[in-house]
Amino acid sequence: MNTTVDLEVKRRPLVTGNQTFESISDIVCKPVEATPPKWWHIALLGSITLLALLMSMIGYLVWEGIGVWGLNNPVGWGWAIVNFVFWVGIGHAGTLISAILFLFRQKWRTSINRFAEAMTVFAVICALVFPGIHVGRIWMAYFMFPIPNSMAMWPNFRSALLWDVFAVGTYFTVSLLFWYVGLLPDLATLRDRAKTKTKKIVYGLFALGWRGSSRQWHHYEKAYMILAAIATPLVLSVHSIVSFDFATSQLPGWHTTIFPPYFVAGAVFSGFAMVLTLLLIARQIFNMKELVTMRHLENMCKFILATGMMVGYAYAMEFFMAWYSGNPYEQFAFTNRAFGNYAWAYWIMVSCNVLSPQFFWFKRFRNNIKLMWVISIFVNIGMWFERFVITVTSLSRDFLPSSWGYYSPTFVDVCTFIGSFGLFFTLFLLFLKFLPMVAISEVKGVMPEANPHHKEAH
Amino acid sequence: MSGHNIFPKWSNKLPAFILAGLLGAGSVVVVIFWYWFSPANLNVGYQPKQPIPYSHRLHAGELGIDCRYCHTGVEKSPTAGIPPTETCMNCHKLIKKNSPHIIKLRESFSKNVPIEWVRVHQLPDYAYFDHSRHINSGVSCVSCHGRIDQMETVRQVKPLSMGWCLDCHRDPVPHLRPKSEVTNMDWVTPSNQEEEGLKLKALYHVNPREDCTTCHR
Repeated sequence: MNTTVDLEVKRRPLVTGNQTFESISDIVCKPVEATPPKWWHIALLGSITLLALLMSMIGYLVWEGIGVWGLNNPVGWGWAIVNFVFWVGIGHAGTLISAILFLFRQKWRTSINRFAEAMTVFAVICALVFPGIHVGRIWMAYFMFPIPNSMAMWPNFRSALLWDVFAVGTYFTVSLLFWYVGLLPDLATLRDRAKTKTKKIVYGLFALGWRGSSRQWHHYEKAYMILAAIATPLVLSVHSIVSFDFATSQLPGWHTTIFPPYFVAGAVFSGFAMVLTLLLIARQIFNMKELVTMRHLENMCKFILATGMMVGYAYAMEFFMAWYSGNPYEQFAFTNRAFGNYAWAYWIMVSCNVLSPQFFWFKRFRNNIKLMWVISIFVNIGMWFERFVITVTSLSRDFLPSSWGYYSPTFVDVCTFIGSFGLFFTLFLLFLKFLPMVAISEVKGVMPEANPHHKEAH
Repeated sequence: MSGHNIFPKWSNKLPAFILAGLLGAGSVVVVIFWYWFSPANLNVGYQPKQPIPYSHRLHAGELGIDCRYCHTGVEKSPTAGIPPTETCMNCHKLIKKNSPHIIKLRESFSKNVPIEWVRVHQLPDYAYFDHSRHINSGVSCVSCHGRIDQMETVRQVKPLSMGWCLDCHRDPVPHLRPKSEVTNMDWVTPSNQEEEGLKLKALYHVNPREDCTTCHR
């Protein structure tokens, strides 16, 4: 066999339906340039209403104090941390798609990465709300940062909670930069297509003078690669450190070494579910079935199945370790988790996270859009419950039975969480209207026309 | 789009300016909190006018009256104590009887109404401080109040901020002296202070704590 030449292998096309460079720009820019449809206005109104709910709940919390939440002894960590971990986790799929799949040259990512990165940035914004307000006296929130002061007081550098501030802060900064750098060529496209002066100026301002010269592309691709390399470890580090918030304490059910990988898998799992939830709707509405093909959706289903199995393995391993360690407190914590006062939450978690993705073993179900969407919703619910189960079950059964309690949220807890979806969807709807939701330049780059030898005779 | 530029040429420099501006603004905010809002800036030099211009320079410096003659509680109680009019009258019954200030003093004595001295060194209510604990550990008056014996009117010379307290709590050795020298304003730190301080630290059981409840009880 001759090994000196590359074997010609026909790859499946990543863009279907005889698209040209021009038609790609047209499809992606259409939602940005056209007057937004009626549903968009209705959805935005709904989201802003929820956002107002969030703001008023935060206002009430600040005015009245943290007592308006359901927190009390022994459960001092409730929905605020649950929501925080939930939202941070969702962000991870975006980073995984944009950074890790980029470094592994997974070209199918180009159709969905912009969308997923936007989701990352907005999810992290939602997440950041909760540590900000959970301190109660939010004017003291600067205590979370190491700022020189005349009290000679510093945050505890040995505490995982401080590492968390750094981890999530870095994550947000890098995600935002990565997203923005990726947007530059497309912002320039929008600027050049703009019909009004205002649009030209605004898009031009954010395009930072992009002309698309080969020199600029040269720099751009290097910068993108470097940012991808910086973002890649963050996929693993951020949720590892979030898991340290729990794992470095000595509470049975929290104090386990499996937490970092288990949290990272769970984060990617929930993130892909959220991408799927949103993408299925957007793809339908904006008629992008030829850019976001069945193959993309199937790949994401496989990711969900794989990470769902990892999460399921972690659930099982926690029970195994509780038994194998011979530690009666650990054993009690897990027996209590499955059969105790919060068993209902545990079994919701298991059915949503472990059972529901099992459908994706079959190609038939991986091609069924409706089922995919329903399962993605179940996974979202299940992953919220996972954080709830971890946080609350361990705390509610303290070491002394005299300190046992049952935690229930108040309406403020519930409305704050619902309101955070308002923040998320407001940002998302604005994104759909004002920015290209698919990376135009990158999609063009994976089309056969982008190959310099395209149409050449071999 | 050549010949059709939307932005003028100087806008190329804008991102760099914005970045520099943000960094500058961030540093300014930190400096405002770190220095401008600090007791070192706001409180040091506080020198209120007293109802009677009592001179520490004259009494404690020139005449050499020991601090404890007036501030009697300093060795035994949390507060050093402001002397009652009676303490002044011990001498001023006879000395400078006709000075207008002493007439005011006598009035206070005869009417049994205390003189309203203005407090100079004010710790916040949430900070617990015990004078006796410090005096009996060999920490001098000078360490916190400065050279009172040279002040015509008393003013605050040290920041009394939390960071300043912690400086000594973290490393007390350079500030210790024999208990007999605690009120000695002229005492000079010996050249082998490191050695002597360590001895005194052991002798007086000086193990200052740094946890929150030490001062915030």
